[in-house]
Amino acid sequence: MKALRKFLDKKKPLFQKGGKFAKLQSSFEAFETFLYVPNITSHSGTHIKDAIDLKRTMSVVVLALIPALLFGIYNTGYQHFLSLGKEVLASTPLMDICIYGLIEILPIIVVSYVVGLGIEFAFAQMRGHQVNEGFLVSGMLIPLIMPVGAPLWMVAVSTAFAVVIGKEVFGGTGMNIWNPALVARAFFFFAYPSKMSGDIVWIADKADSFSGATPLAHAATLVDATGEAATSIYTQHLSNVWDMFVGLIPGSIGETSTIAILIGAVILIASGIGSWKIMASVFVGGYTMGAIFNLVGANAYMELIPAWQHLIMGGFAFGAVFMATDPVSAAQTARGKIIYGFLIGFLAVLIRVMNAGFPEAMMLAILLMNTFAPLIDHYVIQGNIKRRLKRVKVNA
Amino acid sequence: MENLINIFIKSIFIDNMVFAFFFGMCSYLAVSKTVKTSMGLGLAVIFVLGITVPMNYLLNKYILAEGALVWLDASMADVDLSFLSFIMFIAVIASMVQLVEMVVEKFAPALYSSLGIFLPLIAVNCAILGGSLFMQERDYSTLAEATSFGLGSGIGWLLAIVGIAAIREKIRYSNIPAPLRGLGITFIVTGLMGIAFMSFMGIKL
Repeated sequence: MKALRKFLDKKKPLFQKGGKFAKLQSSFEAFETFLYVPNITSHSGTHIKDAIDLKRTMSVVVLALIPALLFGIYNTGYQHFLSLGKEVLASTPLMDICIYGLIEILPIIVVSYVVGLGIEFAFAQMRGHQVNEGFLVSGMLIPLIMPVGAPLWMVAVSTAFAVVIGKEVFGGTGMNIWNPALVARAFFFFAYPSKMSGDIVWIADKADSFSGATPLAHAATLVDATGEAATSIYTQHLSNVWDMFVGLIPGSIGETSTIAILIGAVILIASGIGSWKIMASVFVGGYTMGAIFNLVGANAYMELIPAWQHLIMGGFAFGAVFMATDPVSAAQTARGKIIYGFLIGFLAVLIRVMNAGFPEAMMLAILLMNTFAPLIDHYVIQGNIKRRLKRVKVNA
Repeated sequence: MENLINIFIKSIFIDNMVFAFFFGMCSYLAVSKTVKTSMGLGLAVIFVLGITVPMNYLLNKYILAEGALVWLDASMADVDLSFLSFIMFIAVIASMVQLVEMVVEKFAPALYSSLGIFLPLIAVNCAILGGSLFMQERDYSTLAEATSFGLGSGIGWLLAIVGIAAIREKIRYSNIPAPLRGLGITFIVTGLMGIAFMSFMGIKL
């Protein structure tokens, strides 16, 4: 370690003003602070001094994503071999399953990081600011919400769109209005709809005879089904709640396993990085809407899917834990967080059931509430001001 | 009743004036600097839409549409005055806007001066004329339907402009690349808001 520090100190002057590579200063700085906690502090204004800086914060989130990622790797292999037949799956050793998943998923992660960080570094050089660490998380989130069979160039294009339009034009990390990872996914969804729906995209290299639709896609067919047909769809594809909870279902890479996501949630809440208020209110909102639909029961979808099952299907849990809690694009005020979270859950289930075109509604619900988060904050703050003014008047 | 609620919700979210049709963009972009003024303009638009759409509905039903004049005389059954729609609709809208302007000037002078030219310009705001023309094209069958459509469109427009105003207040101190400051970033924000509103597209009510 000492040698590394010495090496960095020796090279440092080259990158400072007047040095040979002064132009690459921000890139050097990025690597240095990635390896060592910097000892620079702000000199003006009031600052909270804390050992945990933005880079460490981001690292904790990436850590919280690891269970979902590992499970995603396993599940990719599992779904592939399952599609070839139950006997094939049973005779394949665990190692092979994982290796298969790794081979499928690693390229997506690499592409996402290379493209995203490449753009980040380029922007930092051009605009002369420090490299933003925010992409450490986005770069991990993007692969986790992609379908397994996503072509790499599409991943690259949507990552580039998300980083440039979703983040850099607003001034980089901490300034964006929408969660960059979700912008990437929305771009992917609307630009290449055929790669984001249907039953061919969720399982890598599946056998032709095997249906690879996600539970949500099956659930969407319930809208038009009635009577026995609906019941058979439900018992065939949606009644295995345990598999859904564990995550052994087709779906985007990281979103299937509710257990793995909950482990991540515990890490985020324990470290104080993710807001438990948002997570809890998203789940409450989703449950409320699901319960309302259960009461209305206008079609088989509303009738057969119990409210709690919405919370473990599709990207709901993943969105609630990792996307909605993004401290930049979420509401900032305490009461705003609760309203914001509740509306996300509420809208996600609403769109999921009402809009047959977008069964994966979580992404859109969060994007929509990201849009209105500043407005919620504005009115919460105005309300606080009014309340305090009243208090002052009463006292006077 | 259910039908009315459907039209109302549809015109707010699914057929949002700004994000589904990109109507009323000029004042949407120009007045959305602060939440307060955009709220004022939004309320004015709701009021104007809520009044002009039903008024134009009556106009269309009893004067302009083909055979609408039968109530005068049976021989008028094949008179079709719909070529006059544009001019008649605009006349109604312009006079309503005049009224709103007077009211705002009298009761909220601060808002009046911050809205400036954009208050009288509501008269030529395409969201307003668009509201009346959509009403004509979609053939709403009762006055109540036309009213709920008008109010819903207005509320949808208000939601859009207040939403973007809050975002613009938030990004005021962001380090946005120089060429994009001001209108450039506003266009990008509008586009991304449009993507977020896509979630409602295709919902069947």
